Formats: sequence, C-alpha cells, structure tokens
Amino acid sequence: MEHEKRQIVKVINDIDELFTLVDISLNRNISFHHHLRNGDYVINYVLNKYLKEKVQGINLFPSAIFPSYTSILELIKNKQINNITTNYLNGPVAEYISNNGLEGKLTMQTHGGRARSIIEGKNKIDIAFIAAPYVNSYGDSVGYLGKNKCGSLGYSIPDSVHAKIKVLVTDNLVDLDIESPEIDGSNIDYILLVDEIGDRQGIVSGTTEVTKNPIGVKIAKNTSLLLHELGAIKHGFSFQSGAGGVSLRVTKDVRDIMIKENIKASFFSGGITKYHVDMLEEGLVEKLYDVQCFDLEAIESLSRNKMHIPISASRYANPTDESQIIKDLDIVILGATEIDYNFNVNVTTDSHQTLIGGSGGHSDTASESKICVIVSPLIKGRIPVIKERVTTITTLGKNIDCLVTERGIAINPLRKDLIKKLKNSKLKIVTIEELSRIAYKFTNIPQDIVKHDKIIGEVEDRTFEIIDNIYQK
Amino acid sequence: MKTSAGSLESSDCLITISDSDKLEIIIESVVFAQFGDQIKEVITNTLKEHKITNILVKCADKGALDYTIKSRLETALKRRGDINE
Repeated sequence: MEHEKRQIVKVINDIDELFTLVDISLNRNISFHHHLRNGDYVINYVLNKYLKEKVQGINLFPSAIFPSYTSILELIKNKQINNITTNYLNGPVAEYISNNGLEGKLTMQTHGGRARSIIEGKNKIDIAFIAAPYVNSYGDSVGYLGKNKCGSLGYSIPDSVHAKIKVLVTDNLVDLDIESPEIDGSNIDYILLVDEIGDRQGIVSGTTEVTKNPIGVKIAKNTSLLLHELGAIKHGFSFQSGAGGVSLRVTKDVRDIMIKENIKASFFSGGITKYHVDMLEEGLVEKLYDVQCFDLEAIESLSRNKMHIPISASRYANPTDESQIIKDLDIVILGATEIDYNFNVNVTTDSHQTLIGGSGGHSDTASESKICVIVSPLIKGRIPVIKERVTTITTLGKNIDCLVTERGIAINPLRKDLIKKLKNSKLKIVTIEELSRIAYKFTNIPQDIVKHDKIIGEVEDRTFEIIDNIYQK
Repeated sequence: MKTSAGSLESSDCLITISDSDKLEIIIESVVFAQFGDQIKEVITNTLKEHKITNILVKCADKGALDYTIKSRLETALKRRGDINE
C-alpha cells in the first residue's frame, strides 16, 4: 500500500520555547478541553506563563472549568482576563465570578453550541492547547491510551481543526502509527512535551454509582414505568443518561425491562460509564457514541470494543452537523437544580445565584430528543425544585417534556401527544403547579432572594439565541 | 447543662441548647435567606408550647423541614430533662 508522505510535527520541550516561535501578546484567545477534569495539569501550566508575562485582555474558551484550575482565578483577580466562554464551571472560579463578575462577560454555551461556534468562526481561537494522552510524531492522537489516558477527546476536536495555532500537549510521544486517530495530525502545528499532563486520581474523579437513596430509587422506578407506558422502550430505541446516581438507576431499571422483554437498543450517547459498557458487552445495545468517558472502565472499553466509538462534540450535538448523533435520540434523562411552571430548567446556578455548573449537553439533548425527562427530588435541602421562574434558564421549557419526582409526574402541556397516551395511566400524573403546591406543604414558600442588579453574563443556546442573563449575586 | 440532637447531614439540623438567663436563639442555615424567619418561628413556638423561657438555642441547619427542627429541639430538651416523655 502506498502511503502519502506525512509531515513530522515540530516538537517543543517547554512553554518558553513555544513563545519564542509564537508571540504570546498577539495570541490571547486561547482554548482548552476538560477531559482530564480535576486532574488536569495543562491549563495551569499554560496559564502560569500568561500570568508571568502579564498578558492583558485574555479571552478564554475552556470547554469547562473545574476547581483545580486555580490559575484562571489568579488571572481574573489580576484583571488579565476579559471574557470567558465555556459550557460548565464550578468551584472557586465559579464562586468568584458569581460574586464579582468579569472585566468582560461570561458566556455559557452548550457542548453542541461551542462546537458550532468554533467551526463557524464565532468563537475565534488563536491557540488551542490540547492535552493529549497518546501522540505520535505526525501529531495524530487518541485519548484512550497512555499513562494519563482520559478516554474520548470529543470536546477538543473542533479546536484541533479550527484554531489558528494548534498545540498538542503530551507526556507520551510514540513512534507508532495510530489507527483511526481522534485528532488528525495534519492539523497540528506543535507538540509540546511535558512531564505529566495530569494526575490520574483527578482524571477519573467522578464516582459514578447507581443511587441507593430511597427517594432516588423511587424517582428512577417512576421514570422507567413512565417510559414503558409511553412505549418508548422498544426494539431499536436510543437512549442517553448522565452519570448522576438517579440517571444511572434509570439506566439500570430500563436494562431490567429490556432483558425481561427481550428488547435491544440501537445506541447510547453522551458521557459513558461502566454501566453503559456492560450493556454493550451484554449485547443489549449496538453502539456507544462517546463524547466523554466518566470512569476507567469506559476508557478501557474504547480500546477493546469496536462498537464503542469516540465522537467529536460537533458530531455529538452541533445542530448544523449533518452527521449529528443526537438528532436520532429517542430518550434523554437529565437533572435539574430548578424547574419552573413553564418547564424551563436551570442547571447553571443554584437558588443562591452561585454558578455551580452549566448546560454541557443538557440543552442540546433536550432540544433534539423525542422524549426528554427531568428527574429530581421534589425538595432538596428544604428548597423546592419547582419555582415560578428559575433563577437562570439553561434549557428552554419548550424542549422539556416530563418532570419525574418521588411524589408525582408532570407532563409539559405542549406535549398533548404524551398526555393523550397517558390518559389511563396508573402513575400519579399531575400539573407542575400541583407538584409545586405539594412541595410547599412541606417547606412553606421560600422568600425570593434573587438579585437582578448587574448582568455578569449570558446563556447562549445552541441556536445562538441568548435565552437568559446571569446576574451578580 | 448542654445537650444536643440532630446532625449536619443535608435536610437535617443540629440543635444545641444550654443554660441562659434569657431567651436566645442563634440560627445558622444554608437556607437562611429563604427560610430564616420560618425557622425562628418554629423554635420560638416549640419553646412556648413547653413553657420554656430562659434558654440558649443554637440551630445549625442544613435545610431541615419544620417538623424535623421541632423534633430535634424537643429531643434536646428531653435530654436535659426540661420536658418529659
């Protein structure tokens, strides 16, 4: 077989050397991915250089911000950062921004919206610093091999193609061919060598376990019964659930129904855990489309199972990507910090207006799926989950179909078809206002404490529509 | 004498009571902004119910519902012998 002559990518031994080749002060729009989660060393390594060089007017495009990304906090306090555009943030950076805002503004995008913005040139990135666990001399890379493997590199793929300068940061440069690389080396400008890209303990930090909490168990049971009554668990169906304890319990209950009724699913998408891998290996589902691995079992599975397929954020959830996976998604199970009478959901801030998360793929999957179910306890630490108006809209109510709690189920009045199907249901189906009244019987009505004085950011949907403002605490 | 009841688990509260020559109620709550007045009212009414006037009540609240606050307070009072079974 004839090989095209491939270009060897220039290898750089430390960050100072990179900035002898590239002018740091002209490259202030920078991006990172969060696949190494709280174990990431690359973000602080790179941003410490921006701190040291006192670079002003930085615009940051990380796919998410975790508590260990402390260099971001220092840059904000030094007023070196202008805007931050991300999909999810928690920890000290999130708390600081909630209380103080930024010099510029915070833009919360979705996973699909971020990919779309980068591809369409709306997010203009000068340098993408891509932590890469396994890289060859051609700049090809995968995330599921190497000593600091993290699984799928999905969120970094648009950056690796569309940033002006693309830098792979790795602790594992090999001299071997990589079969179907996630990152195509022909796009890569530099390979930056470091001792460690991350701390293994932090990379697989999320303990993804099925809930044993009786309230969670009841919510999951109600959810699987609801899906069953709707006829949604049928041959060839597709399904996505997050890694939260209740979502995983729903997955387990759905699995039990599938085994009992001899049903096989076509695909599971999104964040993948050991539970999804087990179902693939048991032959209960044909394919896993993986944009993010949540545990080590999922990472291992990527190199073992051909039908466990790493996908880019664009293929996952970009509405303008023709091969978008979630446009064929039947069911998605999602969480909520708050939900309101119009079924708008908040997973961006808590009820005290502190930033605690963000859409990730929440709005993407809710928008595309045929049935979107929100699972949540009716009351969390005395705060009722249902409000007249959520503190911050993450996902528009028109895209949310059902709310399942331990004390009843509410169906969005817009989904007349679902309501009709459930006419003779034995499940406790009530209006969302009625569920809210049930909660108030236990908690009483909370005082409204939301402040609307100063806008510090905005929530941008995958359509590019600004669907809400974020206010300073 | 100092007694306590409850815990700092989510949706619970830890009530600690001790001697005082007046009525003092100190509340620390994760939902103080939303429910501070409500929590104070439950504690005040429970003490009134048992005709207790001079006491120091500290409530460290993690989002407990009213009946939890009431029963934690009553248990702490029982542990001091302020009220009987």
